[in-house]
Amino acid sequence: MIDTLRLTAEEAARLLREKEVSGAELYAAYRAAIDERDPELHAYLHVCEDEGGEGIPIAIKDVIGTRGIPTTAGSKILENYVPVYDATVIERCKAHGLRVLGKTNTDEFAMGSSTENSAYGPTKNPWDPTRVPGGSGGGSAAAVSAGLAPWALGSDTGGSIKQPSALCGNVGLRPTYGTVSRYGAVAFASSLDQIGPVARNVRDCAYLYSIIAGRDPADSTTVELPEPVALPEGEDMKGLRVGVPREFNEHEAIEPGVRDAVQRAIELCRELGAEVGDCSLPSSVEYGLPCYYLIAPAEASSNLARYDGVRYGYRSANGRDRLEMYERTRDEGFGEEPKRRIMIGTYALSAGYYDAYYGQAQKVRTVLAREHAQAFERFDVLISPTSPSVAFELGSRSQNPLAMYLSDLLTIPSCMAGLPGLNIPCGLSEGLPVGLQLIGPQFSENVLFRVGYALETAIGFDAVPTRLR
Amino acid sequence: MANIDRDQVLHVARLARLELREEEVERLGAQLNDILAAVSKVSELDLSDVPPTSHPLDVVNVWAEDEPRPCLPVEEALANAPEREGNYFKVPPGGPA
Repeated sequence: MIDTLRLTAEEAARLLREKEVSGAELYAAYRAAIDERDPELHAYLHVCEDEGGEGIPIAIKDVIGTRGIPTTAGSKILENYVPVYDATVIERCKAHGLRVLGKTNTDEFAMGSSTENSAYGPTKNPWDPTRVPGGSGGGSAAAVSAGLAPWALGSDTGGSIKQPSALCGNVGLRPTYGTVSRYGAVAFASSLDQIGPVARNVRDCAYLYSIIAGRDPADSTTVELPEPVALPEGEDMKGLRVGVPREFNEHEAIEPGVRDAVQRAIELCRELGAEVGDCSLPSSVEYGLPCYYLIAPAEASSNLARYDGVRYGYRSANGRDRLEMYERTRDEGFGEEPKRRIMIGTYALSAGYYDAYYGQAQKVRTVLAREHAQAFERFDVLISPTSPSVAFELGSRSQNPLAMYLSDLLTIPSCMAGLPGLNIPCGLSEGLPVGLQLIGPQFSENVLFRVGYALETAIGFDAVPTRLR
Repeated sequence: MANIDRDQVLHVARLARLELREEEVERLGAQLNDILAAVSKVSELDLSDVPPTSHPLDVVNVWAEDEPRPCLPVEEALANAPEREGNYFKVPPGGPA
């Protein structure tokens, strides 16, 4: 009997290697778990049939193109879109024998922090189905936490891997910008978008990262990793310098239960031998969010211009001429949030406003990058909560865009600087997981894995949702 | 700094090729004003000496060999077309591009 709630990908690989289970049995176990629990959770938008093979199954966020498998980006405008090629990350997964279980739910075009912006309905949090799983990658995070996949791919623009992992109690990495190919992924904000792994523990997360990372000739923004991915083993933090940025740990939006759980983890760092010190990144939290909500919509307004009803995707039948067809297709095909962001972005880029908005935001971005670089002169890694709150109730923020945007207050600044960030669960508050965010310099994934693994081992968090144990 | 009126909402919507319905013009207009007021915070900082960042990595001029490779077959390129005629994407006639 395979317990998909507890099986790690590493253990699954061993079972397959030693022929204790077959690929078909393993795949079927996840399909059975999906049949049992996904009607309630709605983590998947599309579930695949077993096409054979002896590899580990994987779930894929529905913004990543999969040949022959529908890819909707959570949008009605791509309802019937079936890619004719695989994204590079999918090719890499297949080259390692991984087998796609299905496509997971996402806020439309990855725009959101709760998956409530999906045109196909929200995903529920496996710890408490009255609450959101976070977003935009709530489907991937919920699938991993509920045992509906051993691991998954997500994508992160301003927190869409880290924040859902925090709210669902698993491990998610937003990699250094440029280490994972974006070829074949649905573009949102190209100077920020990164694909990354979601897993049940840090070693699985590192392993999946090692499979997908590396230069891709089809994405000229990618680079070769400066050193190979090292699966973490050490359980101490000797010789590591951990910075505690005040603004990220003392912000008024942080719930007391979240702050307490992260404080305990910071104490653990000391006990594990790390040198812990305070620091300040004065502009990052205050200006990160406004900076992001200019740059990301501006790039989105450009990227989403391609959805015009001509080559693929939805086309309105109500357009008498070409212009009307474009405008009605886009009005009928896009949901609220993409429209909002297209409008903000178009305005911020329009004549007369460019310098005051987009140009100024790009300069703020430089300030944020410099602030982080300065902190990394003294520290190897920065620690803070990932999300100011635990999973919030469905519907509680969906009528107020600005309240929803605050969910990413602490994940956004490092994204603007192209830095890697790892979420690991560090405890419970009100019975719901609290996520801890580790930020390092560019290409410091191995350090993040080492710190994450040492903390994970010391904390001993049980990643199986209480109600499913 | 920001205060978008109804005409500007319609102008931006036209630039973005979005035909907004009447209730959307009103709702989106109000939300845009709120959001722009919040993001206008970036103008508080004096950044006249700070260079802009358009890309997080120091990558410039990535060159590739100009090697011929197979491209997408026509049938696959047209596989998702809402409407086609022969080997072309078909669109309604007229109107500005």
